Amino acid sequence: MAILTVNNLQLSFGGLQVLNDVSFSVKRGEIYAIIGPNGAGKTSILNCLGGFYQQEKGLIDFDGVDISRSTPDRRAALGLARTFQNIALFRGMTVLDNIKLGAHAHLKTGLLGAALYWGRAHREEMALREEIENKIIDFLEIEHIRKQPVATLAYGLQKRVELARALAMQPKILLMDEPVAGMNAEETEDMVRFILDIQEERELTIIIIEHDMRMIMDISDRIMVLNFGQKIAEGSPQEVQQHPEVLKAYLGEKRGRN
Amino acid sequence: MRIGDFKESYAADEAVFSTSTSRFWLGGLFVLLAIFPFMAGEYLLYMANITGIAIVAALGLNILTGAAGQISLGHAAFVGIGAYTSAVLANRLALPFLLCLPLAGAASAFFGVLVGAPSMRMKGLYLCITTLAAQVIFEFFFVHWESLTGGIRGLNIAAPTLFGCDIGTEFGFYWVTLVVVIIAATVSRNLFRTRVGRAFIAIRDRDISAELMGINLFRYKLYAFATSSFLAGIAGCLWVNHLKSITPEHFPLHESIRFLAMIIVGGLGNILGAIYGAIFMTLIPEVLQTILKFFEEIYPQAMSFLFPLQTVVFGFLIVLFLVFEPHGLAEMWVRVKNHFRLWPFKH
Repeated sequence: MAILTVNNLQLSFGGLQVLNDVSFSVKRGEIYAIIGPNGAGKTSILNCLGGFYQQEKGLIDFDGVDISRSTPDRRAALGLARTFQNIALFRGMTVLDNIKLGAHAHLKTGLLGAALYWGRAHREEMALREEIENKIIDFLEIEHIRKQPVATLAYGLQKRVELARALAMQPKILLMDEPVAGMNAEETEDMVRFILDIQEERELTIIIIEHDMRMIMDISDRIMVLNFGQKIAEGSPQEVQQHPEVLKAYLGEKRGRN
Repeated sequence: MRIGDFKESYAADEAVFSTSTSRFWLGGLFVLLAIFPFMAGEYLLYMANITGIAIVAALGLNILTGAAGQISLGHAAFVGIGAYTSAVLANRLALPFLLCLPLAGAASAFFGVLVGAPSMRMKGLYLCITTLAAQVIFEFFFVHWESLTGGIRGLNIAAPTLFGCDIGTEFGFYWVTLVVVIIAATVSRNLFRTRVGRAFIAIRDRDISAELMGINLFRYKLYAFATSSFLAGIAGCLWVNHLKSITPEHFPLHESIRFLAMIIVGGLGNILGAIYGAIFMTLIPEVLQTILKFFEEIYPQAMSFLFPLQTVVFGFLIVLFLVFEPHGLAEMWVRVKNHFRLWPFKH
């Protein structure tokens, strides 16, 4: 049932304990949110999952495969895609090329095939283009910008292109780091609509980090709350909202009467 | 003027020359290139040949430095390896030109991969210094491995032949250069239509997220080194068969820097840019020299002062380019094209 199981994740930078014994598991097809105050270790979890950080201890099991020590490109090929908090698109490329790049691990063209661009390499590129047009560009409504360099696009659109690139990776799990940070109400609504559609139509599992509490409470199936690198609560939005530890982390403690 | 631009298939949309207008001009260019040798004299043909060789080398460096973002200060050494390989193969084993050409490329590619290996751990300026070291080391071998390279006296080779034709003349060699340039440009362009070229650019733009996208950074950096030095080796083979002699002095560090200047002036990461840059860097010094000769006739005594000025003017031109046209000649060309696209109806 669980597509991702994380056991006893431990990470520190020098003397700073970033993640302390964090365990959780994500069910297939759910939207799983990770929230917590700044510096709680949310992005560090995504970085450990993606392979950008190497945890000191802990096991990560992804769909039956132990990926605890795998390289980032291997994890991507297995079906772990990621969007970033501060947009990490390739600025020198067009929107279309950025999206095509997401499919990298699923293509087969080698150096020689690429140089000749003949036969299989050509067919593969055409099939890729058609698939991207039908399944991603139409879906995310970015037809009008497909030939533009990403550096010229507005912030909300860049976020959408990043999502498109992640979808092109044909992931099983989509890791989204603050997908609506810095967006206005309309852009946020668009993004939420896309996230829900993705989950529903593609049966994707989504792990999401976000500070926009209203959005998180609306769309998540389950929420994990982190504080100072420790998991302090986990459960449905209602459960989490009333959890005393969560209230303490977010609102502070009542000063005791002397 | 071009109106409307409709396509009915993705293949048509992905074509390099996607409009009939661009195909028309491309055809025109080929016709010009085909009649040029019949009109031009020895000197112009010589210029065309060395420009073509520079284009092939610049296309190579453009893949490594322009697209994949790995600055190389050793490109001239790779051209040198190709040249020496070709000369040694032709002299000792009497291999024909057509066989020397790919073997020279392969030899350079092999050493390119060796030099690129540290890129697993190093990037940016540190990797740049590694390539500088490679330049110095290979130069050392060119000079001191006398039994193979002939030391500072270098090597001479016989005039090459191709399918029984003598290509030792400027006229004959022009066709070889032309074909190789066309193939090299096509191959470079093709790379960037597939995942390989996209991976190169991704590594340049943001290597960390490239890795998270599933790109094996080390492998693709080595690919970039291999293709880049392969083209350098091809250029080297052309070089030695054109001049029919080589010495270590032909491939010094400042030649490497000249290749870098070509792709920067032309527009980094741009294939047309590499071509324009190579033409610019090869022809402008000659043009300046011609202008000087003109002055020499009027003021013969001014030469001692004017002659060094040539380099100054050349350098100044490059600086002007970088200030006013940071994206290079290729960008300038795009603007001119866009201007004429709607000409004469501007709005």
